[in-house]
Amino acid sequence: MAPILQSSQPWVEKYRPKQVKDVAHQDEVVRVLTNTLETANCPHMLFYGPPGTGKTTTALAIAHQLFGPELYKSRVLELNASDDRGINVVRTKIKDFAAVAVGSGQRQGGYPCPTYKIIILDEADSMTEDAQNALRRTMETYSKVTRFFFICNYISRIIEPLASRCAKFRFKPLSEEIMTSRILHICKEEGLNLDAEALSTLSTISQGDLRRAITYLQGAARLFGSSITSKDLISVSGVIPQEVVGALLAACKSGNFDLANKEVNNVIADGYPVSQMLSQLFEVVVEADDISDEQKARICKRLGEADKCLVDGADEYLQLLDVASNTMRALCNMPQEFSYET
Amino acid sequence: MLWVDKYRPKALDQVIVHEDVAQNLKKLVSEQDCPHLLFYGPSGSGKKTLIMALLRQMFGSSSEKVKVENKTWKINAGTRNIDIELTTLSSTHHVEMNPSDAGFQDRYVVQEIIKEMAKNRPIDTKGKKGFKVLVLNEVDKLSREAQHSLRRTMEKYSASCRLILCCNSSSKVTEAIRSRCLNIRINAPREDQIVKVLEFIAKKENLQLPAGFAVRVAEKSNRSLRRAILSFETCRVQQYPFTINQAISPMDWEEYVSEIVSDIMKEQSPKRLFQVRGKLYELLINCIPPEILLKRLLHDLLRKLDAELKHEVCHWAAYYEHRMRLGQKAIFHLEAFIAKFMSIYKAFLIATFG
Repeated sequence: MAPILQSSQPWVEKYRPKQVKDVAHQDEVVRVLTNTLETANCPHMLFYGPPGTGKTTTALAIAHQLFGPELYKSRVLELNASDDRGINVVRTKIKDFAAVAVGSGQRQGGYPCPTYKIIILDEADSMTEDAQNALRRTMETYSKVTRFFFICNYISRIIEPLASRCAKFRFKPLSEEIMTSRILHICKEEGLNLDAEALSTLSTISQGDLRRAITYLQGAARLFGSSITSKDLISVSGVIPQEVVGALLAACKSGNFDLANKEVNNVIADGYPVSQMLSQLFEVVVEADDISDEQKARICKRLGEADKCLVDGADEYLQLLDVASNTMRALCNMPQEFSYET
Repeated sequence: MLWVDKYRPKALDQVIVHEDVAQNLKKLVSEQDCPHLLFYGPSGSGKKTLIMALLRQMFGSSSEKVKVENKTWKINAGTRNIDIELTTLSSTHHVEMNPSDAGFQDRYVVQEIIKEMAKNRPIDTKGKKGFKVLVLNEVDKLSREAQHSLRRTMEKYSASCRLILCCNSSSKVTEAIRSRCLNIRINAPREDQIVKVLEFIAKKENLQLPAGFAVRVAEKSNRSLRRAILSFETCRVQQYPFTINQAISPMDWEEYVSEIVSDIMKEQSPKRLFQVRGKLYELLINCIPPEILLKRLLHDLLRKLDAELKHEVCHWAAYYEHRMRLGQKAIFHLEAFIAKFMSIYKAFLIATFG
């Protein structure tokens, strides 16, 4: 018998704020946008900031609050990176949608319903430059009847002509207190038990990204039930425990190559992702007090190279071993260059 | 039947090595709310075994009646039609496949098959809709495009099918996919765990197993359970009753690599390089993957070299392995590594002994 599937909504969707004023920690943005909502007059907008800070939430909330559930479908077009967004789509789909005029602005059911439509382009930084260029003219021609909301992580990937046509809003990473309060709220709703240590672990491993924190929380809740410890969270998130990173670094400090080789073998056999290892190693090295600046520079240079090699698909063991050997040479002040050059 | 298959745990309760993971999985399935899963860990650590046991837990014994099919999909990709052939392993409840076999067209396979599965959903006796499970192996070898389209289909058809992904290294799977799955790390079994499994098998087979011998087999296995069981069985065939210091024969290709290593340690010359080339070709045509070959070469070299040379040699191994990945023909890069090693070693010898 096949098991019955419960419709389980991701908590990220379930706890997405529905109104602009509920968006956490982005005070300036919220203040400006509340004003927009009252006058129902809005410019083209560009939201940028790190992932999980509420950009998409804000855009969706504005659209919902402007049009209400009935008109939403006909007035708002949402496109994100998983939809095809080549130049053809810009020329046809977006243009067609933008060109349609809408009726006069009458309030319906308590929503302002202004006389324009909204196109939300999520993850706009993954659009090609050609597609962005094709948008320029469309934006101006139909500015009477259409507003564009761009959402991106890196504003530098949006071409200047587009950026200059928009009002820009920067979203800051969430502070620890805000994050904790949201997480506690969810825990209360879902009946979860989270001790103080687990809570601080959660905000450390998610690095200001609320979405990631909620996803980890849900994963851990599914796997380990209602009381979650910080160890459970670490195992779900794929973060490497600090002891493992410490052991590798200690082996490098010892100056014994075979010891380091053994540690590297352990890391690989335990199945830890090496790219994660590199970034955690990087953090430990940069923050360490007993390593000189020159040593740090030497280590980080090789870390960067190894990361690039991993992206190219190089073998994890060999790259990590090379990083370890290089770190060892830096820490023990061995010569960087090979001394027996022909 | 090989012992590896004979003693593969069939149910989550029988799992010896990853008991805690198995218990968690059981809890996960019994709550009837199964998210997409991503298993990652080194080879021989038991990912596949856990997946099969999990399927059995979900669907009962019907998941074991599998048939192998060689299917061809006709896919309309915009301007042209493509035919893709792929081998799948399927039961009434799940389909298992290796999409990276389709090469650069893996993207279409991912989309088509999931679509096809979503079309015919199983209906149970109460008339409720169930879901099917798609097991994808070696997701880390999928192209970027395939991973991106996987991400979309995962969301679109999440009501009717669940994905179980399986890979060696999760760094090669995009963040977008990882964040949509529950990640489960399967570590390689520790040596004492391997010993436990070997003792279990010996008991079932009614064999006398000296304690020291099991430890030695475990040490030689490089923390791969599969390899430990295979070499254990080989030893059984070669000599029984076991003695504590019975020879455990290494794989023949590994012996061959050691031979190459001692060759290049003895003499560093173009002539020797030419001889080694023949041996490398021999290994390659016997389907030893070049990166494994290079790792083994390094492993053997590191055992014989002085500490100061080790750093240099491991750096160049990493360098040439990366180049091999970018390039087309592995033999160039293997040979380049050998030549580089020869030059380093020769320079070292001249500097030390004159």
